[in-house]
Order: sequence, then C-alpha cells, then structure tokens
Amino acid sequence: MTVGVDDGSVEGVVRRAAAAHRDQRGALLPVLHCVQAELGCVPQEAIAVLADEFNLSRADVHGVVTFYHDFRREPAGRTLVRICRAEACQALGAERLVACAREAGLAPGETRADGAVTVEQVFCLGNCALGPSVEAGGRLYGRVDPARLGALIDGRTSS
Amino acid sequence: MSGKDAAPPAVTVYVPRDSAARSVGADEVADALRRAAVQGDFRLDVVRNGSRGLLWLEPLVEVVTPHGRVGYGPVAPSDVEDLLASGMLDGAGHPLRLGVVDRIPWLARQNRVTFARVGVTDPLSPDDYVAHGGLAGLRAALERPPADVVAEVTASGLRGRGGAGFPAGVKWKTVLDCADGPKFVCCNADEGDSGTFADRMVMEGDPFLLIEGMTIAAHAVGASEGYLYIRSEYPDAVATMRAAIAAARERGWLGDGVLGSSLDFDLHVRVGGGAYICGEETSMLESLEGKRGTVRAKPPIPAVEGLFGRPTVVNNVLTLATVPYVLASGAQAYADLGVGRSRGTQVFQLGGNIARGGIVETAFGVTLRELVEDYGGGTLSGRPVRTAQVGGPLGAYLPPSMFDLPMDYEAFAEAGAMVGHGGVVVFDETVDMAAQARFAMEFCAAESCGKCTPCRVGSVRGVEVIDRIVAGRDRDENLALLEDLCDLMTDGSLCAMGGLTPMPVRSALTHFPDDFLDRGSDTGANALRTGGARGEGTA
Repeated sequence: MTVGVDDGSVEGVVRRAAAAHRDQRGALLPVLHCVQAELGCVPQEAIAVLADEFNLSRADVHGVVTFYHDFRREPAGRTLVRICRAEACQALGAERLVACAREAGLAPGETRADGAVTVEQVFCLGNCALGPSVEAGGRLYGRVDPARLGALIDGRTSS
Repeated sequence: MSGKDAAPPAVTVYVPRDSAARSVGADEVADALRRAAVQGDFRLDVVRNGSRGLLWLEPLVEVVTPHGRVGYGPVAPSDVEDLLASGMLDGAGHPLRLGVVDRIPWLARQNRVTFARVGVTDPLSPDDYVAHGGLAGLRAALERPPADVVAEVTASGLRGRGGAGFPAGVKWKTVLDCADGPKFVCCNADEGDSGTFADRMVMEGDPFLLIEGMTIAAHAVGASEGYLYIRSEYPDAVATMRAAIAAARERGWLGDGVLGSSLDFDLHVRVGGGAYICGEETSMLESLEGKRGTVRAKPPIPAVEGLFGRPTVVNNVLTLATVPYVLASGAQAYADLGVGRSRGTQVFQLGGNIARGGIVETAFGVTLRELVEDYGGGTLSGRPVRTAQVGGPLGAYLPPSMFDLPMDYEAFAEAGAMVGHGGVVVFDETVDMAAQARFAMEFCAAESCGKCTPCRVGSVRGVEVIDRIVAGRDRDENLALLEDLCDLMTDGSLCAMGGLTPMPVRSALTHFPDDFLDRGSDTGANALRTGGARGEGTA
C-alpha cells in the first residue's frame, strides 16, 4: 500500500518529517505523530525508513510504534468518535453509550463499511465533571446522551 | 462594530475557552454574542478566559460591570438573545444570573493559590498575566542564588501534587547537588487518571504560570532545557502551551538571558502517545527519549540519572504551578495553610456522578463529606451516594461512612486510601462494586507496560479470580487467592501501576462485600446494579 499525499511517497513523508525534527533530542515520537498526521497512520513501509533515519533496528521502531495506542497501522474512518470509558464517565452511564454504538454495528475499534466513521474507546478526556464525554472529529463533547452520540456517529455535529 | 457615532464604550464579556466549557457549547455562545453585537446597537468585547472551575455552570458568561464581574450560567446559545434583551450587559436580573462571580459561596469559600488566576484572565495575554501578579515569583527567584530558592521551596513544605506527595525541595536539592553539565526540568502533564483535570485547566487557563514555575525550577537546579510532556488526549492544552511558550520567548521570559538575568532556559512541548503508563515518571522519561514507555527500576532515581542519563527534575503540573506563589509570597505564607505534614492547599477535582462538579482548591484538612456533599451537592442523578473513589483509578473506593476523613496524605494512608492528586469520583447506588474492582484489574492488564510480572500477569489473573468469585466458584479459596495476589502485586511491582491496582480492588471488597456474592443466588441487592464495565473488553 503506497499512500499518496501530494508529491509524497511514504518514504518521502517519513524522511521529510525526520529532517524537520533533526535538531530535537529523542525525536522518534514527534516524527511518528507527524507521519500519522500526514498519512492517517504509520504504515508498515514507514518502519524501515524510520529505522534508517534514527539508526535503530526495525524491531526497535516496531516496538515503539506498537507500544502507543495512538499510532495506527491503517487509517481510521473519516470521523473518529472516541467514547470515554474511564471511571468518572462510567459513573454517568458511559457503558450505555458503548452499548448504543454497538447496536449501530460499531463496537469499539470498528469502522463503518463506508469508511465514514470509526468508533473507539478512550480512557479519560479530562472532562470528568461533565461526563459522559465523547470526542468526535477532534472536538470534545460533554453530557453526551445516546441521541447525541447517534448524531455524532452520523456526522451531525450541531446540537 | 465600527461606524457607530458616540456609541457607549464596549462592554467586556468573558466566555471560557476551557475545553470543558467548550464541550458544552462555549464556542457557540461566544459566536452568538458576537453575532448579536453586529446586529444590535451595542458594543461588546468577547474575551475567552479560562474556566473558574464551577463546571456545572458552564458555559459561564461573565459581564464586567462597575460592581464586579457578574456571572450568568449555564448559558445555551439560544439564551443569548433573551439575556441581552434583559439587560445582561448592565448585569441585570435574569433566571440565569448568578451574581458577582467572586462572591458565589462555592467559590468564595475556597482558598485559591495555584488557581488564583485561572478563569480570571485571558490565558494567552502576557500583559494580563503580569497585571495579575505574574512573574513576581520568577523575579524574586532570579535575585537569589539557586540554593536559596531550593531552601525556600523546601521550607514551604510543598509536596509533589502528582500523587506520591514527595517533598519538592528535597528532589530539587538532589539535582542541584549533582555535578555540572546538562540538567533537565521535565513537567509531567500526562494527566491520565480519570477524575483529574486540574493540570489540563492550568495549562489551558494559566499557561504562563507553568512556564514561570518551570523556569524557577531551572534556575534552582541549574538546568537549561525543559520538557513538558502532555498527553495526546489534551489537544487544547497542547495548543495553548505552545502558543504561550512562543509568546514567552518573544517577551524574553524564555531563551537566553531570561528577564535580563544570566539564566538560559528554553522549553519544549512533547505530546504523548495515548499510553496511560507514561504518567509514571520513569516511563515518561523513556517516552521523551523516543522509546517504548516502559518503567525503569529505581535506583538510580531520575534526580541523579534522569532524561538521557542526566540529573532531572520531574514534577507534576500543579507542583510546578505552585512554586511561583511560594517564591512570591514566601515559604511561610504557604506553610501556614494545611494540617500536619500536608502543607498548603490541594486542588480537589470533583467529578463523576456529582451535581456540582469542578475545582475546589482549599487547605488540606477539609473532609471528603464537605467536598462531596457541601461543594458537590450529592449526585447528579439524585440517587444516594454509594461511594467515592479518591486519588484516581489506583485510589480506594470509600463508603459514605468514611467521608469524615480529613483530606491529608497521612490520614488517608492510615485508612488504607490515598489523597493522591485530589481527584474525587462519585458514584450513586447503582454502581456494581465487583465490576469496578474487575475494571481496576482489567485496566491494569490493558495499560501495564509489561516490564514486571506482578503487574503484567497479576492483573490478568486478578480479572479471572474476581470472575470466579462473583460466579460463586470456590468462593473462599478464590477470595484468599485474590488477597494473596493483591499482596504480591503491592510488594512486587516495579511501579505504582501494579503496586496500587490492589487498592481499589481491596477497598471494594472490604467496604462492599455484598457486591461480590454469588450472582446466581443473589437476586436482590444487585438487581439495581447494571452499570460498570463487567464483561467488556478494554484491550
């Protein structure tokens, strides 16, 4: 899979990201974030290029990429909906939201067949006094009820 | 807004930009106000402040009047027209009117030290920061030799606010006493614990305060480079801190010759990767070095061998954000607050199923009951409170019969609990405590870094044992096994993740034993309790 972004092959994107962070100490995480921001994921072909750039083994780079939940191996759906399932949101019915998503065919980790939306779980969005909380399309929503979640999953963001 | 002859001066209206306020519509309220001003015959300046921390009232709109800042909330975008027609810009009456915000009893009773400016100022205005007392601590520190600054912090009794409560001054002295060469100041802003949001609110609401605190630390220990490790779940905090750092560099508050002194110090923001364990300090250091966030064995402690093997101060956001007050007002002023060996204030965070959640900064010694009932107003659902979990996912679940415990590190430790970072998560009577205990083990299994066996394997076994207990299989043997497993995890784990996971488990077992009865033979007590994470995979 070669993901084309402007002029960039995966290798081009990775090498540019690495060059942009050349003067930073321990820059692998910032570079991984940068690659994912451009490609939507950290694809397998990126591993060898990163290993070359950082003078690491491919196993080392693979170990880092797979340690962090944020780095995905394939792009998510166009909208990412993350439901908080940590304690403060549990206390206000976060599990009910997860059940609703599941009823819509989107268990945590699932992407809708049309690629429009991916539902994931997350543990704490820092909105613990206004739960249950959901992040959709990079925006935080508080006091989310099942109807609101349904709207967010369907891409209707206005209240 | 222009072209209106002899128009009255613009009224300043504050609408928070804090992400909690935005999560319930603050952006839409700000837009509605601006739109109304374009159409109406009045002028207003919308300033996006931090949040005052009265989160159940968000979006809380404040209007500057001759009598003070008058609050209205919670304001929906659809309320704006009516509010303006009722004379909101003059502070006039309305069902949403809260009065002068500083005099709202919930806020007026607090003792805001670290949070003094949060919600009051425009977070990204350096002028606002200085006008409200900013930089006084750093200026005072730069006039004194490093050892004096460390002594002042030690004398204040300030303890690490990240949860462990280690004296900040002692840590700083260790770094100061290390031989010269590169040293680092690292701020742990990987606030991953559910029920905590104070770090986020400081970063979004008073970012220069954290920069000032880190710069004082740099002067005190002889560091020239700082890292701020923020979790990726906090994009607003990342953006605000980056903007504030750029503004601070422009003003000469960071960079070579800070404020005209001989101190060279620069600061970098790093974004985490969604790994809970990176809130553990050595795991965070590994992550900052670009590696897997696995925990390091201690010793050596980070103060001696930290980031890239160099002496490193690692402190939590609230610890560093409290340092400017200590330097500006003196150690004694801070130490005069609090009880026993818990000096100063603690920033309590009320969350979960609570009617009035938010930030309560007050001296140590306040009771849990005052926090949950007086400030919190009980549950949001209106059902009776069954338990509060204090100190994050690794803290104890306490029953209301223990709510008269004073909040201080030692009193909580004696009761088999921990104050931790001051997060309080309230649950009503529908909570299933066996499910919460199971979740604690399940979360540990999912988030363990995998380095040590008690945590990596013990947590998986813990889930299985709790399942067997609840299913009524060899109950007594499995309860004994769970006790044994908890002992092993507590004593044998490399860090607090595995070491403290038994705390919520044991407290649930001790205080709510009925929830662990055989589900097959129990149809009464647990009929209500359908919540919790039972049976749900987290991995």
